Amino acid sequence: MPHIAVQTDQRGAEGGHVSILGTRVVRTEDPKLLTSGGTYVEDLRLPELIGAARVTFVRSPMAHAEIAGIDGSGALTVPGTVAVFTAQDMDDLSPPPPASDPGSEGAPLPMGGPYAEPLLAIGRVRYVGEPVAMVLTDDSYQGEDAAELVSVDYVPLPPVIGFDAVAGTGTLLFPGTGSNIAVAMGAPADDSVFDRCDVVVRQDIVNQRLAPVPMEGRAVAAHFTDGKLTVWVSTQNAQISRFILAGVLGMDPSTIRVITPDVGGGFGAKVGLDRDAIAVAWAARRTGRPVRWTETRSENLVGMTHGRAQRQSVTLGGSRDGRILGYRIDIIQDTGAYPRMSGFLPTLTSLMAAGPYDIAQVQTAYRVLLTNTTPISAYRGAGRPEATAAIERAIDLFAAETGLDPADVRRRNLIPPDRFPHTMPTGAVYDSGDYATGLDKVLAAAGYAGLRAEQARRRERGDVIQLGIGLASYVEITAADAAAGETARLVVHADGTATCYTGSSAHGQGHHTAWAMLVRSDLGIPMDQVTVVHGDTDLIPEGVGTYASRSLQLGGVAVHKAALDVREQARRVAADMIEAAEADMELDTDTGQWQVRGDPGTGRSWADVASHAGPDGLVAAVQYSEGQPTFPFGSHVAVVEVDTETGKVRLIRHVTVDDAGTVVNPLLAEGQRHGGIAQGVAQALLEEVVYDAEGNPLTGTLADYAAITAAELPSFELVGSETPTDVNPLGAKGIGEAGTIGSVPAVQNAVIDALSHLGVRHIDMPLTPARVWAAIGQAREGA
Amino acid sequence: MKVSVTVNGSPVTAEVPDRTLLVHFVREEAGLTATNVGCDTSSCGACTVLLDGQSVKSCTVLAAQADGRAVTTVEGLAGPDGELHPVQRAFRQEHGLQCGFCTPGMVMAAVSLLAENPVPTEDEVRLGLEGNLCRCTGYHNIVRAILAASEEGAAGALTAIGAVHEEQVS
Repeated sequence: MPHIAVQTDQRGAEGGHVSILGTRVVRTEDPKLLTSGGTYVEDLRLPELIGAARVTFVRSPMAHAEIAGIDGSGALTVPGTVAVFTAQDMDDLSPPPPASDPGSEGAPLPMGGPYAEPLLAIGRVRYVGEPVAMVLTDDSYQGEDAAELVSVDYVPLPPVIGFDAVAGTGTLLFPGTGSNIAVAMGAPADDSVFDRCDVVVRQDIVNQRLAPVPMEGRAVAAHFTDGKLTVWVSTQNAQISRFILAGVLGMDPSTIRVITPDVGGGFGAKVGLDRDAIAVAWAARRTGRPVRWTETRSENLVGMTHGRAQRQSVTLGGSRDGRILGYRIDIIQDTGAYPRMSGFLPTLTSLMAAGPYDIAQVQTAYRVLLTNTTPISAYRGAGRPEATAAIERAIDLFAAETGLDPADVRRRNLIPPDRFPHTMPTGAVYDSGDYATGLDKVLAAAGYAGLRAEQARRRERGDVIQLGIGLASYVEITAADAAAGETARLVVHADGTATCYTGSSAHGQGHHTAWAMLVRSDLGIPMDQVTVVHGDTDLIPEGVGTYASRSLQLGGVAVHKAALDVREQARRVAADMIEAAEADMELDTDTGQWQVRGDPGTGRSWADVASHAGPDGLVAAVQYSEGQPTFPFGSHVAVVEVDTETGKVRLIRHVTVDDAGTVVNPLLAEGQRHGGIAQGVAQALLEEVVYDAEGNPLTGTLADYAAITAAELPSFELVGSETPTDVNPLGAKGIGEAGTIGSVPAVQNAVIDALSHLGVRHIDMPLTPARVWAAIGQAREGA
Repeated sequence: MKVSVTVNGSPVTAEVPDRTLLVHFVREEAGLTATNVGCDTSSCGACTVLLDGQSVKSCTVLAAQADGRAVTTVEGLAGPDGELHPVQRAFRQEHGLQCGFCTPGMVMAAVSLLAENPVPTEDEVRLGLEGNLCRCTGYHNIVRAILAASEEGAAGALTAIGAVHEEQVS
């Protein structure tokens, strides 16, 4: 694929307007990141942070225990120690609400109900890595020494670990609640639909627990002076962080400023901010000294929330000729020690359970299970990859059982393009799509028939290295909270430059480039004269931030609307200046000149118009929300080679169609797809957070947690497809998570497909050599 | 102890605790914060710098071990007039970075890789990057960028940087 990189600006072609939208504009963010590096929390060298004390957390080494006592006196003997704090020192915070309060979300105390999380453990620890005490020192090396000398007396309790704990016989994590099942939803199973099917397949599937591993872990710095708290935090949402801080610390939001410097990846695990970060902010207020905390990777792997962690029981039935009639999914959502998201993740899994298929009967149910493990929260896809993985595995099982080609079964059941908007039995209203075309495109690009022929040859020869071809078709939901919307404020200054304040929040996606492209497109102001600002609650008090692939379709559209508003204001001003009728004014968006239609001699620049409007220039503020989410879709083909003697899998090709509506910048959209695919392949083949039966994490460092590397991946083959949505004026849907959603089942299906002729029917992820080798052995024994 | 290191051509001398890691020396004493710490097991490569022209993970080298030697970080790659090094330029053109956290280490690993193997195959690039994690790009565009830089003759530019630093050290 030719990579035509466009510099930061593109003028209209002679004689005709060429929009910058849809072109491969290289990023405005990059020069700094490539030369002096980003400015992440740990890099801040601000006057307010000079002499900042370093926070080191003392974390629980026990999965489940009562705390009989904490003695920090040893730590205080280490030179450089400033303070040792435990929950008892937080006597300036509101007391916890009574355990009888309603609510099942594990929000930080004093917010949240019976499962609320204290900032530091109170009386009991519920997972390895739970913060118990914090040590403040002059520097970080001293902090490690001092934290080791904090003595905590633990009285062990029986740990609750694993999905089987759903049986309910384990020790209660929250004795007042009466159950370790925090939430249960869904209808009892009704098998009547399956009784009418020729073929019914059933499978228990583990969608394993993953660690998000943003390259920058959690980090926060805080400064308190004259009643004002300033918090620099590595987050996806400055405004939500401020809301949480205000609630927990009992402060008026106007007395808190949250700033997000550069953020080194988030992937859902940096939505808002964690109890650890709140505790750091509290310590700044308590001591009056600036403080900073940057977690280590070992801390990150047990302290940052994990993702996925579902066990699913699926049943799918249909006719012998491949028509699917019924589907049921029962989910156990391991939520870890605190139900941070209540039932949100399995609710999304349930909503998207049937994928892109027209299935008359869809049944869903879930239980949210507390265990003595790190809390589960959003991770790239957040409930949707789990839905797609389940049904795509079920479809392949059904195809295998009927003897039909998996591509044919999918094509037979995809919702046809003339049925949109389409209401699913789960209640989801899919806005637009052309699913079968997407599938056909990706099969053609992959050379599906040729791959099947090569597979047949290898099987015929009995090759050691077998070929597997895996398919996945998906539909997902983006901007699920479309009604919450996003903000933008656009200022065109008297000198003709522009500043765009966005409530959306960048951490690698390229917002600054994309938003400047939108302003350039609407106003003709060159990109290098557009400054984009995000993540500062003093400058942008209202905003939501970034998650759920919402940025472009909410935040981007808000910028677009603000630009249109400014344009109309400018039209009036320009008409006044030139003494012409408003209706006769036009903006040449190639040159950024206002003029009487067809008369460039009357031209006025943005500087002319904005300065004429007043010293503050032109300003438009927009709060934009959408009536409904959008539903991107696509199909993936994975091609793997499996060594049947060792179980080693090699992904040799990965071909995808990911249709997220209109693309503003293909370079950025492809980057999102690449990263998503890699994280999906990682789940399918390598990554898993593992606990032993006592709740000890066995994957607590990057030496143990198998984060995927370049050597384990091929280059990806991306096929273009744009089916615009009419939900928003840009026609755009979200693209941040699609790659992950499609790639997981495609790769899993490919590995199982490579071995299906040996009798292998299902292997749970990750498909490590040991698991694949064992499955081959079991199939051979069973044969 | 007193440690003297030439960082990007400039001498930096500081009294530091014996256990000070090179990455912290570079960040705190030289004041160059592009080089990041991404793990504590030498797994991620975010802290990759060149030590006398060879790539090292600076979280796994003591500052004391670098005493009297020359370190190059990503801040030292661009030309005196700010002109990007071919590897930096290629990373931008190919969109080889997103959040930017792994980028300084990744760029230095790439520079080192091309110095050792000026015209690598895609497989050689992928194997060469095994010690550097990126969570955003899926490595696709990083690999493209390194292959593009190879075509541009990035290795020559590196040799020049190494020669300058050696001169300053000696």
